[in-house]
Amino acid sequence: MNTMQEIEDEIVEDFNLFDGWEEKYQYIIELGQKLPALDVKYKVDEYKIKGCQSSVWLHGEEREGKLFFMADSDSTFVKGEIALLINVLSGQPADEILNAKLEFIDKIGLRQHIAVTRANGLSSMIKQMKTYAFAASNHSKQI
Amino acid sequence: MATFNVNDIRNDFPILSEKAYGKPLVYFDNAATSQKPKVVIDALVNYYMHDNANIHRGVHFLSQRASEAFDNVREKVRAFINASSEKEIIFVKGTTEAINLVAATYGRKNIGKGDEILISAMEHHSNIVPWQLLCEEKGAVLKVIPMNDKGELLLDKLNTLLTERTKLVSLVHVSNSLGTINPVKHIISLAHQKGIPVLIDGAQSTAHAPIDVQDLDADFFAFSGHKILGPTGVGCLYGKLPLLEEMPPYQGGGEMISSVTFEKTTYNEVPYKFEAGTPNIADVIALGTAIDYWNNLDRPGAVAWEEELLEYATSKISAIPGVRIIGTAEKKAGVLSFVIEGVNAMDAGMYLDTKGVAVRTGQHCTEPVMLRFGVPGTLRASFMFYNTKEEIDCLMENLGKAIQLLQPQTAL
Ligand SMILES: Cc1ncc(COP(=O)(O)O)c(C=O)c1O
Repeated sequence: MNTMQEIEDEIVEDFNLFDGWEEKYQYIIELGQKLPALDVKYKVDEYKIKGCQSSVWLHGEEREGKLFFMADSDSTFVKGEIALLINVLSGQPADEILNAKLEFIDKIGLRQHIAVTRANGLSSMIKQMKTYAFAASNHSKQI
Repeated sequence: MATFNVNDIRNDFPILSEKAYGKPLVYFDNAATSQKPKVVIDALVNYYMHDNANIHRGVHFLSQRASEAFDNVREKVRAFINASSEKEIIFVKGTTEAINLVAATYGRKNIGKGDEILISAMEHHSNIVPWQLLCEEKGAVLKVIPMNDKGELLLDKLNTLLTERTKLVSLVHVSNSLGTINPVKHIISLAHQKGIPVLIDGAQSTAHAPIDVQDLDADFFAFSGHKILGPTGVGCLYGKLPLLEEMPPYQGGGEMISSVTFEKTTYNEVPYKFEAGTPNIADVIALGTAIDYWNNLDRPGAVAWEEELLEYATSKISAIPGVRIIGTAEKKAGVLSFVIEGVNAMDAGMYLDTKGVAVRTGQHCTEPVMLRFGVPGTLRASFMFYNTKEEIDCLMENLGKAIQLLQPQTAL
């Protein structure tokens, strides 16, 4: 498993190859279309993230000290954003997820193209992933 | 006055030659705000370059010139909507403030516990929430005229909805999310038969056809400058003079008073009674320039062109499989709202954005309309007389591509 920094750097490199917003958009859509499906049992209100304009369901699981995320949305673009986040965060130790700065998001110029409401949605997704990490981290410290 | 020619008209609007991501901008978000002709932009610059002064307060040269320019606009607005007197025109921030003003003054004074306010199922949030606030405060009841699946109001329900307790009807003239033109003149006359005053939300209608408040017999009429080629931050409330004279003031401050002592303050006359503080002088003056622009336009030609654009877009989009138009009223203006089977509206809107095509996606500040049609949101293309058929072709072509990219592929 690569470190988060390595994965982030790779994403930034990939995005640097793109000519403009149109190519970035199409790439994010592609990522969204390839995001593995979320088990229907998680597509219920309990797993729905508040603060997103689109519906987003997120589930996190801890295995051997690492956190794994699965998610779905009614928007393919949002699924693409999730795919990027999952790529970086999923499979990492809870403590590292908690501290992740996720600077790649600004470096690839994502925020400047999405409306404020959507940027808030992106922040809500990250917050939710960190909430999972927080719970997992506390849990491991108690043991 | 030159006869209407869209190519000439476009030269009046500098922003129309902007590029978005290197592609020619196609602006179809006119229902949110219109673009401004150069004369309006110049009026703003000119005011600050040459005329800036506070009005009605200074004896000096500039103040007098600014005051005169400002005061002239009230007459321009009067003529623009054919009010009977300048005194009936109140400058506000926009439609939202106009409606809030009526709720806070006329509403507070005349609406009490158990009274009813009647709105429609297709109101903008700004013609819902002010009444809900008032209802909460007073224990009054908000009632709603329902609509059919085409997005037309069910007028046969009016007889039972207009009751002894109805104190005000507040109704949108043209819906910003469906495009429906409501038969407001007819509804006003029904309400008046029962002695009930009517407020018309003209935020959308004012841009699409000439308004005659006397012919409509509207008691209040609200609109926003920024949707009719003017700047943001200025709009108007029209009210019939006897109603305005009976109404308590809105906000307190300078301009709205005639005399202030610590014991007693007397208020200025209508309309100044409702305009506390230094008004939005520059934007009011530029709104006047926007009205001049409308007056110099071949208005019937512009209206006909806009209708042609809507018809053209409607027939083109109807040919795209999977598209469902939301809002198919017999009488529509300016707005084409739609959803695409299997495609998230925002995803499609963002795709169009990458191609330089500006549409709006979402609920358009009309959440109850989306609920009524069972959709989370729509894509909305809204037209103005400066749009072209080539731009509509560009929208349709890219919409086809968006669908191809975004629609889940059925297994071969
Ligand atoms: C029908 C309708 N009413 C009211 C408004 C509110 O106008 P403003 O935001 O200019 O106050 C709008 C603008 O979106 C509208 O379309």
